[in-house]
Parts: sequence; structure tokens; C-alpha cells
Amino acid sequence: MNYSVWSLLRGALSGHRHWLPAWRTPTPKRTYDVLIVGGGGHGLATAYYLAKNHGISNVAVIERGWIGGGNTGRNTTIVRSNYLYPQSARLYDFSLKLYEGLSRALNFNIMLSQRGLVALAHSRHDLDSMSRWVNAMQMNGIAAELLTREQVGTLAPALDMSLQARFPVLGGLAQRRAGTARHDAVAWGYARAASALGVDIIQNCEVTGFVKRADGRVLGLDTSGGRILADRVGIAAAGHSSVLAKLAGFRLPVTSYALQAMVTEPIKPLLDTVILSPGAGAYVSQSDKGEMVIGAGLDLFPSYAQRGSFAVTQGVLAATLALFPSFGRLRLLRQWAGIVDVVHDSSPIIGPTPVPGLYINCGWGTGGFKAIPVGGWTLAHVLATGANHELAEPFQLQRFITGRFVDEAAASGIAH
Amino acid sequence: MMQLNCPWCGPRDENEFACGGSSHIARPGLAASDQVWGEYLFFRDNPKGVHRERWRHVQGCGQWFNVARHTVTHEVLSVYAVTDAPPKLG
Repeated sequence: MNYSVWSLLRGALSGHRHWLPAWRTPTPKRTYDVLIVGGGGHGLATAYYLAKNHGISNVAVIERGWIGGGNTGRNTTIVRSNYLYPQSARLYDFSLKLYEGLSRALNFNIMLSQRGLVALAHSRHDLDSMSRWVNAMQMNGIAAELLTREQVGTLAPALDMSLQARFPVLGGLAQRRAGTARHDAVAWGYARAASALGVDIIQNCEVTGFVKRADGRVLGLDTSGGRILADRVGIAAAGHSSVLAKLAGFRLPVTSYALQAMVTEPIKPLLDTVILSPGAGAYVSQSDKGEMVIGAGLDLFPSYAQRGSFAVTQGVLAATLALFPSFGRLRLLRQWAGIVDVVHDSSPIIGPTPVPGLYINCGWGTGGFKAIPVGGWTLAHVLATGANHELAEPFQLQRFITGRFVDEAAASGIAH
Repeated sequence: MMQLNCPWCGPRDENEFACGGSSHIARPGLAASDQVWGEYLFFRDNPKGVHRERWRHVQGCGQWFNVARHTVTHEVLSVYAVTDAPPKLG
């Protein structure tokens, strides 16, 4: 069913009884060409691009819970490409460009809102490093600009602009093409489009083991719903990548941490851009419903608990109130955490694993949502062709042995 | 808030401590291959379950110690000295 203004009007006249489920709920077949483990944004996008770009539609996505119920449903919905190194800039800007055309490509409104993102400078040193950051972005062909203190104050009047503030605002860095997208819609849009192309989406099905040939090559999966065979398997499981890697018999350079977010009660429009303060350790945007969406830094100890600790909640709320004193009147509605897969250079891993036939997309850490389109695009490419996509070439597991890192962790282009 | 029982200062809130990552990782010899060295530096078990890890009481006595902690429940199963062998957990 094609979604359009006409289908909406038709529904209005017929009591909206003609809508069909957006994706099928099939019984799993015994064999597929490709299996994807993980029904989040990355896994669903991989399935969609396998069918769309490579004509491989005999594909199943295996999801332990429900689709988009992990980090895809837990992030702060921000999309941006303000990275420092050329390899990262190419990768993330390709993703942002795919996002820009995604609603049309999927015939599903992902509610992309390019409201811009402003990173705040609170010191002379912040201003210096932001000049470098802007220069690097411009060298990489991505529009960025330095904002004066007055420009930031005009963009976000709710900020405490007094020079006596705990975090005085001295300026900022803006990427105008950055913004937010509706996170659930990204998962649902990819699921619907993939399902229409023939991909089977199998929910409530947990992977319990990998089936391997005598020579070690992957042959399929053992799941809570029985054995499913395929000669190529892709993993897109974010914070649970190490758990799956252990089942498959190898280790990853990944540590899983809880990353928190929270929302306040909804209020009238107050903030029409994304405000990020690396110094204070918080970032804020306003959802279309009116909630202030607040993101925190990591709980800095290994965790698989999707709740986050109170110590970090307290710290991020204190920082947010220092930036936006008027938020002190708001009630917090919800607080949660997603389990993120952090690697030492804060760059992803997209490519083959030590197990032949098994490929992985992980290591996005705190920034996986913005990368969903490119993560799916490049994992689909390596699953379909056996060769890495050109964009993914610098982001191989092997770099942890050779030392050829793309060290966005040490660069200023990353929030955490 | 999670509390850790510092062997020297007693139970304190988690934000007095810093986690130093996995314990009991043996450093390979200088002749180790790039593969072995890379795995020593970066590759981790990252278990969903009991994790043996180092913590330092940075806002207190400054001492390092070992903790066996469950990464889902955050339950602390054992606190032991930084040079002790990993305890058997019942």
C-alpha cells in the first residue's frame, strides 16, 4: 500500500478501516540467502539495502525482542555529520544525505527536521578547538560555521547568557544541516520497505548459537524458534555485539556501557535547534510533542542494564539547569538508558569477522542512530559482494591489530 | 545510587570512584606478535554477567582495588585486593 495524501483522504471517507499492517509477520523458512541478527535501525536498513541495491530479497532479520526496541528506540534522535577526520566525514555525511532523501525513498515520513545543531564554547580553549573543528569540516566539504556569543543567544534565547553563569556561553559551532528525525519511524520505515521487497522480519526470536561447517565457515543460526540456515550472516546488535561474538567464538574490542537519556513533560515550542555542550556534558532538543529531550554522557563502567545510574542522571540534570535555568520548573517524565558498544577510537567496525561468512556492523558507540542509513548500506554491500564498501574500508576490525585508527575519540568532533 | 565498599574507607557512593576496566589481563612479553599485542590492548570479554574489574577511589583514599560485579544487576559479588587472584564465586 502506497502512503499518500490520497490514501489518507480515502481513509477519512471510509473510517480508516483500509489500513494494512506495515510489515508482514511470516513464519521463518528453513533457509535464506542472508540472515541479519538484530532488528534495530542498522539491521533493518541492511535488509532493505540488500533487497534494494543488490537484488537479494531472500533475507530474514532475526530480532530477540521487537524491532526498534533497543537503541533505535532509546536514542535522542539527533542526526549530524560534524566529524573531524576525512574518513569519518565521508561516512557520516553519506548517512546524512541518505536521511535527507529517506522519507521519499521509503514512502514513510521519518519526520526529518534539519533544525541545526549548535555546540557551545564555554572557554577560550573551546573557541580555539572549534575553529579547528570548523576548518576540518569545511576542508571535508561539509558546511559549518562559528557563531558569536550574540548569534547563539539569538538562536536559543532560553540559554543562560550571563557571563557569571557556571558555563558562560562564549560562542558556538553550528552545523545547519544537522537536526532530528523520528527514531521509531526510521525503524518502521525500513521494516515496511524491506518487507514489501520480500524480507522476512522475525521478532521475539533469540539467537542461541551459530551453526558452522567443519572448516569454521558459518552455515546459519540456532534460534529460540529452531535452526535457520544461510551461508552469509550479518550482525547488527550494538551493545550486545560481544555476546553474539562469544557465541560465534571470537572477541571484539568493544566495551558495553549504559548511555542515558531523559525527557521532561511537554511544553510549548521553546527551543528550535539542538544545543550540545561538550563542556557541561549534556545536550538538549525539543521533540515535536514538546518534551525537552536531554542526553547525557556515559555511565563510565561496563553495564548491560538499560536504566543508567542516578549519579549520571543527577550530573546531566545539574548541567542542563546550569545552561537553561528556566527548565528548573519542568518535571522529568521518563529516564532510560541504551547499551552502547564503545571502541577505543570511537569509530565503527563494518566488515568481515574472524569467522568466514560472518560479517559485523558495530562500534558506533554513542552515535549509532545518525549512522543507520550508511551502516545498513555498507553492511549490505559487504554481505552481497564479499568486498568492503569503499566508505567502510578504513573501519575494519583489523585496525586494532595494525594500529591504523580513525581516532574520533581524541578529536573534538564527538560529544562523548 | 550504586555503592562500592572501598577496602580502606568502607561503603561510598559510586561517583567517588572511577572504573579502570577489566582485571587479570596478563601483559605479553616484548617479543609478542602484533596480533597478541593488539588483543592484549583492545580486545575484551565484555561479559553480560559477572565482570572482574578494577576500581579506584579517586575522591577518597586514591587506592586501587578489584571488584567482581554483575553487569546486568550491578550487584557487587566480591571486593578484593588489586594483587589477589580472582576469587571463586559460589
